[in-house]
Amino acid sequence: MSDPTLADLDVIVLDYGAGNLRSVVRAVERVGARPEVASQPAALDEASVVILPGVGAAADTMHNLRSLGLVEPIREYIAADRPFLGVCMGLQALMTVSEEGGEHPCLDVIEGRVVRLPAGRKIPHMGWNRVEQRRQSPLFAGIPDGAHFYFVHSYYCDLADPANLAATTSYGVDVTAAVERGRLAATQFHPEKSGAYGLRIYRNFLSMHAELDGAAP
Amino acid sequence: MLTKRIIACFDVDNGRVVKGISFVELRDAGDPVELAALYDHEGVDELVFLDITASAEDRNTVVDMVRRTADRVFIPFTVGGGIRTDDDMRLMLESGADKVSINTAAVQRPELISEGAHRFGSQCIVVAIDARTEPDGSMQVYTHGGRRETGMDAVAWAREVVERGAGEIMLTSMNTDGHQDGYDLPLTRAVSDAVSVPVIASGGAGSAQHMVEAITEGRADAVLAASIFHFGTHPIMDVKRRMQAAGIPIRMEHADYDDVL
Repeated sequence: MSDPTLADLDVIVLDYGAGNLRSVVRAVERVGARPEVASQPAALDEASVVILPGVGAAADTMHNLRSLGLVEPIREYIAADRPFLGVCMGLQALMTVSEEGGEHPCLDVIEGRVVRLPAGRKIPHMGWNRVEQRRQSPLFAGIPDGAHFYFVHSYYCDLADPANLAATTSYGVDVTAAVERGRLAATQFHPEKSGAYGLRIYRNFLSMHAELDGAAP
Repeated sequence: MLTKRIIACFDVDNGRVVKGISFVELRDAGDPVELAALYDHEGVDELVFLDITASAEDRNTVVDMVRRTADRVFIPFTVGGGIRTDDDMRLMLESGADKVSINTAAVQRPELISEGAHRFGSQCIVVAIDARTEPDGSMQVYTHGGRRETGMDAVAWAREVVERGAGEIMLTSMNTDGHQDGYDLPLTRAVSDAVSVPVIASGGAGSAQHMVEAITEGRADAVLAASIFHFGTHPIMDVKRRMQAAGIPIRMEHADYDDVL
């Protein structure tokens, strides 16, 4: 069953040419929302929730966001504490700087560096890994601590402030699996590829903001 | 801990699953999308579709299959077969596939690997390698569904595809494929030890014990099987329980979409 109150939310999935958009859109639809795909900065004005998906490299992501004129609008949107969900590259793009393929400045809304996973294990870190919840969070409502989620990445977020850390996974080091700050949340794993518990992440995030949006009965 | 992945694979011809499948609960056991949804429901970790459609005109049936799968299945899936250009890759990825696999096309034009990796990211480029251990002990790469010899060494080719940007290797042994007698452990181990990316063992799965061996002795990161799942004799969670009992890290919890949402 999906949450009927979610249908009233203006969910925007940002398209900056980064693939896997369809999976994210279908996952959001599956939990009962009606997402729109947009790449115009103006789309952020009316949005009740913005989702930034993505795979690939940070440099390409930032290049595409800049060409679309999205960098400042995203920073302002997040600074206003409006609901924002980043997925995979959509988490890494929030950091201060990425070391992937050189030093690349990112959106700098969460202080931290995107660094290479340590050698000694297969890279990319690919597959279902156990996610440890580091705090009580409505993002993980109904999801058992230690449930597995699907990861695919070679770099990870090394956060400057542990207060932003919501969940971790282990791959040679403690890897940031989810961050949360106010109405901003982001995951390194792909909830749209993590089965029922993955979809529950989308539902939880959207439900939190359906209530705040006054859309709930 | 990162779990080892159990991957179910189907051969698809003109939008229909090729090998005989005997699931009674399916409305249409020949529909790859119905089957994909059932496997997701049963707890498989990932899916691979190998399209063996001969004629290029019928390729739009593959796109339709990929789109319908992405509508219903929320676990990762790979599409292979007939992908020869980076535009072919784009079509599959935009239709909802998470990864594409290339085999003969990569041998014929290795630049395709780097073009795909550069354009879409290494994480979605899988290079499938069909290899045979010859009587003299050498491990040779074959193409065209195992029919054509290349004279290339499998380990050297595996290293090259990773240098060119492959994010994963799907390794099928021509010696063991179809026999349900166990994976080719020396081949799997030789390739897995030689590369930095994950290796999927394929060819020869007949039991959960074979999968355990592919991981412990073959050092595979994932195991792929077709027949043993399709005939229903080895339910996925049963295989997973046996593997977990043997000490392999496995994703055991899996929930129904309707229960969790």
